[in-house]
Amino acid sequence: MVYEERNIWASLIASVVGVAVYVILVLQQAAGGPLTDVDWVPLMLWTIGGSIVAAIVISIVWGILAGMRDPDGVGTSDQRDRDISAMSGRVGQAFTVIAGLGVIVLCAFEADWFWIANCMFFGFAVSSIVGGIASVIAYRRGLL
Amino acid sequence: MVKPTKVTNSIRAVREAAGVTQAELARRVGVTRQTLIAIEQGRYSPTLELAFQLSRAFGVGLDDLFDYPEE
Repeated sequence: MVYEERNIWASLIASVVGVAVYVILVLQQAAGGPLTDVDWVPLMLWTIGGSIVAAIVISIVWGILAGMRDPDGVGTSDQRDRDISAMSGRVGQAFTVIAGLGVIVLCAFEADWFWIANCMFFGFAVSSIVGGIASVIAYRRGLL
Repeated sequence: MVKPTKVTNSIRAVREAAGVTQAELARRVGVTRQTLIAIEQGRYSPTLELAFQLSRAFGVGLDDLFDYPEE
């Protein structure tokens, strides 16, 4: 597995776990009550921060382990990595745009801050996860 | 997502005939071994620049390494 693919896996794992943890924490805090009563700001910020740190840590640890087996290719990337990155960016971008439009609609209807923030949060999350999955598929099955 | 390509290549055959390993060729043209494997297996179409680098690594023309069948 090449350097960039490891980074994508690390980011994908961190994103999926981060979103799952966030949803569980929000539902726990809501305890069956309205979601808009949840103090979502610290939960969201900690989730985003934790996911970023987790992705970096996973990537570094994985890189160290991979470097023991293949010291030459540990930090190398090439044209295929850039092509795959561009493709996954295009795939993921669609979800960011959808979330952005969702935010506009929610603002137009003066929705609660909770829904506006979470619409954007899940837009970024889905964009990152779908883009990551597209990258992994391209690495495994090919990019033509 | 993966679109079929009509471009085929004979990099593996030419490389093996020249006695060059995948790692050696990958290093020479500046790509990872995994990328070279993907190209050899037809899972990645190299850029024109990389195609030229590969053909020059063996001292052959592009047509000797890559093939695009007539309609």
